[in-house]
Amino acid sequence: MAIYNKEDAKAIMAKALEYSKADGCEVNLSGSDSGNIRYARNTVSTAGAQSNQTLVVQSNFGKKVGTATIEEFDDASIEKVVRRSEELATLSPESEEFMEPLGPQNIVESNQHIKSTAEITPEYRAAVAAASKEPAKAKDVTAAGFFEDYADFSAISNSNGLFAYEQSTGMDFTVTMRSNDGSGSGWVTRDYNDVSRFDAEMASQIAIDKALQSREAKAIEPGKYTVILEPAASVGLLRNMLFSFNARSADEGRSFMAKEGGGNKIGEKIVDERINLYSDPLNPLVPASTWTGEGMPRERTSWLENGVVKNLAYGRYWADQKGVAPLPFPANGIMDGGDASLEDLIKDTKKGVLVTRMWYIRTVDPQTLLYTGLTRDGTFYIENGKLKHPIKNFRFNESPIIMLNNLETLGQQVRINGNLIPYMKIRDFTFTSLSDAV
Amino acid sequence: MKRRDFLYMAGAGAGMLAAPLPILGKSIHASELINPGLAVAEKKVLADVALNTAQKLGATYADARIGRYLNQFVFTREKKVQNTVNTESFGIGIRVITNGTWGFASTNDVTPDGIKKATELAVAIAKANSKIQTEEVVLAPVKGHGDVSWKTPIVKSSLEVPVSEKVDLLLEANNRALENGADYISSALFSVNEQKYFASTEGSYIDQDVHRIWPTLNITAVDKSTGKFKNRQGLGAPMGLGYEYLIPDASEEVKGAGGITLYRNRYNIIDDAIAGAKQARAMLSAPSVEPGKYDLVLEPNHLGLTIHESVGHPLELDRVLGYEANYAGTSFATLDKWSTKEFNYGNELVNLVADKTQVGSLGAVAYDDEGVKCKEWDLVRNGILVNYQAIRDQVHMIDQNESHGCCYSQSWNDVQFQRMPNVSLEPGTEPYSIDDMVKDVEKGIYLVGRGSYSIDQQRYNFQFGGTLTYEIENGEIKGLINDAAYQSNTQEFWNSTAKICDKNDYRMFGSFFDGKGQPSQVSAVSHGCSTTRFNGINVINTGRNI
Repeated sequence: MAIYNKEDAKAIMAKALEYSKADGCEVNLSGSDSGNIRYARNTVSTAGAQSNQTLVVQSNFGKKVGTATIEEFDDASIEKVVRRSEELATLSPESEEFMEPLGPQNIVESNQHIKSTAEITPEYRAAVAAASKEPAKAKDVTAAGFFEDYADFSAISNSNGLFAYEQSTGMDFTVTMRSNDGSGSGWVTRDYNDVSRFDAEMASQIAIDKALQSREAKAIEPGKYTVILEPAASVGLLRNMLFSFNARSADEGRSFMAKEGGGNKIGEKIVDERINLYSDPLNPLVPASTWTGEGMPRERTSWLENGVVKNLAYGRYWADQKGVAPLPFPANGIMDGGDASLEDLIKDTKKGVLVTRMWYIRTVDPQTLLYTGLTRDGTFYIENGKLKHPIKNFRFNESPIIMLNNLETLGQQVRINGNLIPYMKIRDFTFTSLSDAV
Repeated sequence: MKRRDFLYMAGAGAGMLAAPLPILGKSIHASELINPGLAVAEKKVLADVALNTAQKLGATYADARIGRYLNQFVFTREKKVQNTVNTESFGIGIRVITNGTWGFASTNDVTPDGIKKATELAVAIAKANSKIQTEEVVLAPVKGHGDVSWKTPIVKSSLEVPVSEKVDLLLEANNRALENGADYISSALFSVNEQKYFASTEGSYIDQDVHRIWPTLNITAVDKSTGKFKNRQGLGAPMGLGYEYLIPDASEEVKGAGGITLYRNRYNIIDDAIAGAKQARAMLSAPSVEPGKYDLVLEPNHLGLTIHESVGHPLELDRVLGYEANYAGTSFATLDKWSTKEFNYGNELVNLVADKTQVGSLGAVAYDDEGVKCKEWDLVRNGILVNYQAIRDQVHMIDQNESHGCCYSQSWNDVQFQRMPNVSLEPGTEPYSIDDMVKDVEKGIYLVGRGSYSIDQQRYNFQFGGTLTYEIENGEIKGLINDAAYQSNTQEFWNSTAKICDKNDYRMFGSFFDGKGQPSQVSAVSHGCSTTRFNGINVINTGRNI
């Protein structure tokens, strides 16, 4: 087991700080126990488990910084790694943007550790694979999936008196189901801190159903369509949009968040007024780390409020340059939703496209946050409130900013990749070509 | 393995890398990068501990890889050093076949006792997995090579060059870009050395010393009054070369269309930074493309990525068979198409070859990570799909009995599996120059370097952009244009090949951190080609007003 409790972690880190002779010293201690199982063509292809722990020591003399790591925590090893980081610091070029280690911070602990997840066994992982493969076989469908779980801890301490500690657990599951005639494909993803919320059979059944329903897709012309985006379809574009909430690149004039004539877009309305996007590490459905790798506290932060840019992230160096308080990048994203279920959204749609998932999303133009990518694993034509038939996949070229300006309806929220994202109905979504891929 | 177990380094030229870099290893000082590792004789003794233990425990096959993986990354922006990173990772990975099933375990305790324990674990895993295995592993035969060694043919190891010299070079490139119109510039230098020892129960003891290098530039010009900005990536490529790649040599420069300078086996990073700054600034006032059909002239440092995505990946046999269905995807190039022996991947001009031997390429080694002697083989000959990329436990699935030698693992800590070799387009046989590509084009576009890219999960539909895009009108370069990306379908695209420059224009593009597998592993691969023209390709306008 690689998980140290708070007291043991503190003791190891205190020892490292005692050995320090540098101007400043910061230590990060972390460890994790993890396991995974991968299956394809209805059989297990790989399975493994790993356990590791690391002490990272960063020493600085002025702006000369050195970092060294070690996996053994006896006194001699700890002293050795501290000396080593000091040697490396003296030999390094100056890092002009180096910031002194932070002093004590007010950090609230987030409840990310769930015992049942920490106790996952190889037998449980094999059962997940079986719950996926067996129903697939019965329906003439082939399963390819991956399940991964971890339990870990992180702690930070430094020569200026900062200390923080946390534990977390999590699991990620994805499965692709392909009909054996090659004409249909379905997919599902689930991620939780608490594995007891996970139902492998139910999740797999969704992917099997999509595989069967998406067979014999018809081609429709590319163009602008009303779309209903499942959260797995929109999360990639939204995540990319959130990456652009960076004050430095905006202030430098090289991001979508840069303002014509200089400065950034804080205070500007950029999307529909119903859009509220924030981060909150204490949200019980998507708990996340309450501090960054350098010990800055993460608190609930609004990024878009009624469609207006509320905040941009400031790293410590840039905040210092601009004379403002630093604000870290979020560890999760939560977008307010509405009451409508997926079924309600479909029922209210005269003509449109239901998108399960978007894939291979890449930047086309950072100026407008234009991205390209493709739909996959279940794309359906909607007519008069009903799923009419599966359609061939599309390539899209779209900006999340345009997408969120073309908002029709917000539906219920779903947890996806550690975020809470609602189903969304969007008008005039731009599909630029057809793909034959299944 | 959880993401935070890796040492992550972000920000290496924003936009150049799709994800942070997963580098496993401990930080060391630069001077330790050139320490010799274990002597070959010692490695042999240790590897034999694994092989003998495995055989005693009933394994019918075993291999051991003792690896020392060294990385040095230097990052700068404008006039500042952002970060320098030196890492070393050392350990052994042991793979066995027991009861017809693979088992793998690894350890950084490279002592007889540590190796014995890891081997026992590998055998135990194989035995456990054999209970749920439906098909036994079938290995293509390999003859033992005895004691052999190989080294990337470099002139000077990049790891022997002081960090200060690298910093000075990058900062000089940055300065010259800033003097010539850039508002911002990030530059980086990645140097990698894999010291790999492979031993197997079939009698191979292979010592290899593999070197790679990658200089990057990301140059930005900003017009604050309009709020517009443009980025230009460096035109250097990652290469299987030493520090000599960064020593300019005019004989390794190629004049591209429109007077631009391109690079073959040597790179002038300072000249490229100067040109890039001027071009980024010029892009701010360049017109936007008219969408429509164009003849595309694609420069090797651009076409290489199109080859990677539309030929390299779809011809990986594990993708074709469905093993990668949940991550990278499957492939349109199915076995039934291949078995007809008449599937037109491209037209008769198109010859695509796989290899692990090309000098200067990222994929070059003498033996792969399961001890197979590397070679070159055809994937597409005269336009017809003729073969895939497959390793020892796969070739029997396509009725072949010789591995292609493209098995790779990113470290001693990960199990080896099929990875893309270099996949290259053969140069044309007619004596064509770059000017010959352009001169008879009425309405065309010349794309240079890597830009935006995306392709579907079966590799039919793709979209690519370049870092430099020029309009061609009536046989001449008219000037830079913005917002152009081409969309096509793999088979249609390769069947629209019109003209390929001869071997004098042949150059390599590279992908330094290509990802595959779950848990994901990276590998490095090159793609060579000469400038090539494709007629009648659909170009879209990607400009938007927000």
